[in-house]
Amino acid sequence: MAILVTPETKVLVQGITGGFGGRHAKLSLDYGSQIVAGVTPGKGGQKFEDKVPVFDTVHQAVAETGATTSAIFVPPPFAADAILEGVDAGLDLVVCITEGIPVNDMVKVKRALQGSKTRLIGPNCPGIVTPGEGGGSSGGCRIGIAPGYIHKKGNIGVVSRSGTLTYEAVWQLTCRGVGQSTCVGIGGDPVNGTSHLDVIKMFNEDPDTHGIIMIGEIGGSAEEEAAAWIRDHCKKPVAGFIAGTTAPPGRRMGHAGAIVSGGKGTAEAKIAAFREAGIQVAETPSEMADVLLKIM
Amino acid sequence: MNIHEYQAKELLARHGVNVPSGQPCKSIEEAEQAARTLFDAGQTMVVIKSQIHAGGRGKGTFKSGFKGGVHLCKSVEDVVEKAKAMLGQVLVTKQTGPEGREVKTLLVASAEKIVKELYLAVLLDRNSSRPIVMASTEGGMDIEEVAEKTPEKIVKETVDPSMGLLPYQARKIAAALELPSELIGQAAKLLMGVYQTFWKCDASMVEINPLCIVENVDGTHGIAAVDAKISLDDNALYRHKDIVEMRDLGEEAPLEIEAGKYDLNYIKLDGNIACLVNGAGLAMATMDIIKHFGGDPANFLDVGGGATREQVTAAFRIILSDPNVKGILVNIFGGIMQCDVIAEGVVAAAKETNLSIPLVVRLEGNNVEIGKKILNESGLQLISGDTMADAAQKIVAAV
Repeated sequence: MAILVTPETKVLVQGITGGFGGRHAKLSLDYGSQIVAGVTPGKGGQKFEDKVPVFDTVHQAVAETGATTSAIFVPPPFAADAILEGVDAGLDLVVCITEGIPVNDMVKVKRALQGSKTRLIGPNCPGIVTPGEGGGSSGGCRIGIAPGYIHKKGNIGVVSRSGTLTYEAVWQLTCRGVGQSTCVGIGGDPVNGTSHLDVIKMFNEDPDTHGIIMIGEIGGSAEEEAAAWIRDHCKKPVAGFIAGTTAPPGRRMGHAGAIVSGGKGTAEAKIAAFREAGIQVAETPSEMADVLLKIM
Repeated sequence: MNIHEYQAKELLARHGVNVPSGQPCKSIEEAEQAARTLFDAGQTMVVIKSQIHAGGRGKGTFKSGFKGGVHLCKSVEDVVEKAKAMLGQVLVTKQTGPEGREVKTLLVASAEKIVKELYLAVLLDRNSSRPIVMASTEGGMDIEEVAEKTPEKIVKETVDPSMGLLPYQARKIAAALELPSELIGQAAKLLMGVYQTFWKCDASMVEINPLCIVENVDGTHGIAAVDAKISLDDNALYRHKDIVEMRDLGEEAPLEIEAGKYDLNYIKLDGNIACLVNGAGLAMATMDIIKHFGGDPANFLDVGGGATREQVTAAFRIILSDPNVKGILVNIFGGIMQCDVIAEGVVAAAKETNLSIPLVVRLEGNNVEIGKKILNESGLQLISGDTMADAAQKIVAAV
């Protein structure tokens, strides 16, 4: 099983003809993912890599190819509109990779998502990988920008705001011969479509996920909310790590959402919430996999 | 991005918010002229305020020894005297750090007769992903302290972004601020204006502290934004050319401005171990692990997903211009990028900058063996780290 996406998931790429989108669409094709369509307004009728049809609108792409999921690589000024187009086309899942979307645009998108059936992952995220059974975990579903080969099919779920910290955790697992069910990057922005908690609930229900690594960072209180739920409901072992213990308050640490403001969102508070919920906290990012494996 | 008080008030006034009349002044002559205009219009008291981005101005002290970054003046002569003592001088407040900030602009404004001080802010509520209006009867105070000690004195109203702040919500807040009936309408109008400023300017926060009930010359009461602070969403600046012009580079750290030119995300800290990392989360975690093993990070530096040779060289230059730096830790998870390409960039950058302090490099990912070979054969005195923990321990030991 896995969560959110499987190797059979049909994916369209919004912004497939751009440099960034094209490069990663190609990597996903090489990985064996079902990239069935691209969307770039004004470039309908073209073929990407001589095989993937490009459409002008998401509606056309869905009608022609049966795509249920989208990966968005369009530039920030147009990204909110691209997400809403995916929602309007009735997609199950929209994964927005774009970094730098104005917060107010996301506030409006989040409002518009209420009552829709579409789940949004991101923005400003590395995407999702459900590893496959081939060499370098190929044959799986790779949506976004994560390096596919670091994965291995297995039973650990990974959820994180940060891209490179996700890779770090995944690579530690793979190097120890432990595979992953699905790895989800939920993004580093203050307003995002899916929270740590949303993903944890899915992992909890997924029979193929036997343990979870949850990586958080300073800013907001999403990690605390997830921890509270885990304490009362989670049936699976969870290991965690929080980045930003040394971050000065009031400064945005790269991610728009990574900021301690008004004394809220500190690493200390999040680590305390993790401990209180029975989550095993890795003291350093080097130990994320080992800490989980110890409690498996 | 942050802007000055006078700029914040300009944006607020554009959206119909009542702010005390005043002028930003960059010279003694301008201050004199602004003061004269106000006194001629019937003002009996004028306030002269240092314009720097840090708070605590009133209680600050200039490096010259002159006390107070904000002064009340009864005459034009008084304004001129104070302006001479403030303009071009370095003001130290509890928020500036010991280095202080040079005062290059003064706001000369009418000093309102304050009857009562209130607090008002509009910001993003991350839990609901909606804007929230926060108000309190405890104006002029540190709001974090109010929230800590007397949370019941803070009222909050969440705004549906598809409709904006509604008039009834504004009246509700006004009433919760215990304003007299005759001021409810006026306060509601001000609240709507403050919300509009927040939303239309893509602000991340608008804070009015204090928001004041003031006594007008005719003895009636009114409501005015006596101080104002606005931070803006950097991601939305592309659609606000007028606001971008308000940027004051003198208020930002020179190294951070330089880093911005190369799309590097750099934040200077006080330690002596510099780090160069790809990805914001990993960059934070790298600082943390340096600290964990007893070192002290000198900076946050995210080179992003690309990490080209040009970027890495610029990053080295920026890191090395911090005199505190005694060692560098490079931590790159080359997922999509090839480690050999990164290694070549690091070697080129180290040679170009004549690196003479310890350098620990930890590479992981694609072509990592070739990358390590390039590093080892570079002739540079660098130390290779296998894991993050290994690399962090090695750099801590080396400085």
